[in-house]
Amino acid sequence: MNADPAYTGYDAQRVWHDFPILARQIHGRPLAFLDSAASSQRPASVIAAVDDYEKLHHANVHRGVHLLSQEATQMFKHARERVREFVNAASTREVIFTRGTTESINLVAQSYARPRLQRGDEILLTGLEHHANIVPWQLVAGQTGAVVKAVPIDRRGVVDLADFAAHLNERTRIVACAHVSNALGTVLPVREIIRLAHARGAVVLIDGAQAVPHQRVDLQALDCDFYAFSAHKMYGPTGIGALIGRESLLEAMPPWQGGGDMILTVSFEQTTFNVLPFKFEAGTPNISGAVGMAAAIDYIDSLGLDRIHAHEQRLLKLATRKLEAVPGLTIIGTAPDKAAVISFTLDGIHPHDLGTILDSEGVAVRTGHHCAMPVMEFFGVPATARASFACYSRESDIDALVAALARAREVFG
Amino acid sequence: MDLKDLYRDVILDHNKTPRLFGRLEPADSSADGHNPLCGDRLHVTLRLDGDRVSDLRFDGKGCAISVASASLMCEAVKGKRRSEITHLFNEVHEVLTKHDAPVPDDLGKLAALSGVREFPVRVKCASLCWHTLNAALERSHEPVKTE
Repeated sequence: MNADPAYTGYDAQRVWHDFPILARQIHGRPLAFLDSAASSQRPASVIAAVDDYEKLHHANVHRGVHLLSQEATQMFKHARERVREFVNAASTREVIFTRGTTESINLVAQSYARPRLQRGDEILLTGLEHHANIVPWQLVAGQTGAVVKAVPIDRRGVVDLADFAAHLNERTRIVACAHVSNALGTVLPVREIIRLAHARGAVVLIDGAQAVPHQRVDLQALDCDFYAFSAHKMYGPTGIGALIGRESLLEAMPPWQGGGDMILTVSFEQTTFNVLPFKFEAGTPNISGAVGMAAAIDYIDSLGLDRIHAHEQRLLKLATRKLEAVPGLTIIGTAPDKAAVISFTLDGIHPHDLGTILDSEGVAVRTGHHCAMPVMEFFGVPATARASFACYSRESDIDALVAALARAREVFG
Repeated sequence: MDLKDLYRDVILDHNKTPRLFGRLEPADSSADGHNPLCGDRLHVTLRLDGDRVSDLRFDGKGCAISVASASLMCEAVKGKRRSEITHLFNEVHEVLTKHDAPVPDDLGKLAALSGVREFPVRVKCASLCWHTLNAALERSHEPVKTE
């Protein structure tokens, strides 16, 4: 039994029942969905909230005096407030809806960084970033003459703080790093990273996509400048996410895209931009997505993030132990502080073959480079298999994975 | 979905012990192939004797399907004329991609790849070597991509 009081009474099987898709049969077998780090599934409550919005309340927001438009506007506004509460942002003026983490990072790269960066300025990343937190910075570096640098990771997949501090200098303008590594599960010490970066005058963006579904995030406590995340990794819909930005920074930034909703007045001579957060939300927003995102936050709150965290950590320990006992299996990424993600390789079987065999057994894992090619390069592997856990994961999913790995060994002889 | 249809004994054997593995030096032509989806990388070198591929080798890293397919391909095309290779390529392509295409008798051991068509996401694994060979034949030294 788990001694963590936060975990007491957590009924994973009951949580599992909240997610209709998990009851599906895959190739005639029960589904063991271990790919939540790529995209989590949605509970019935989120599906119902989006459905209810579409069936009863939809109209465009901020545009009409008719009742439906008022209702849609109210729901959209409420969703923004729920997102603010979820990560304890200071104000809804700091909460910008985007298509997701990738768009959030691109917004900061183009609207904050591009006008400010000078030739030779430095953008500091870490060795375990997702491509979404590398490529936007390379683009802006190409546009401005700035330089992208990365703090390396060690063999466990850990970023050493002293090494990070040593990479900061008077030319470091921006630090961009993951809160939790998608490929390895490493939890980065973002509070210290932010403190060190601020001490050298750099602005910090944290890619929180893999963090927010698994642990409590308090942006005011972190003193974070920009924080990006996506709804679809936290039981919400695809195509919606948020950028949380420090109000003083957002105020000083030019709009990123132009269009409706982001303006106050337009003439052919001059346009007055709307106030925050609307200045960064050109065009009709993803209203149903925002409604779904708010419902996902309600769902997470109904379980309790601390209890979800404790449940996933317990599964992580159990799965690590069981996988370590599989002959020829190597776990890639062994940081002491990890989210419930296990990347691994199996001797003599390419991860892609493994993915196909596991799928035939109903076990869904991610195989490939996880959009983190530099991480794969560092560990000298072309790809890994990755099992990732969520609030609905059960011990039986781990057993299904281990049994499917034995089946793979059988096929390959 | 039967795994044994994908991982037939011939495939597993050629994955474990790839034939014509390595590089020819000197070679008349070579090409790199890369499948970004799974990280597979192949390199093909070949020697030409007039219109014939008199000898060839492949090396690289990849999944069982891509390694076995490359090994089987090298065995099948060695000594063949360009036109015969094109004919084989078209037949293999048809077998890999068309669900109900008959498997031609002259495919020989390459017929073992016909199970791949039941696994659409794996077709690119099996065809990477053929695209790489084509590139080498066209004397292109640009990396080939299947994505």
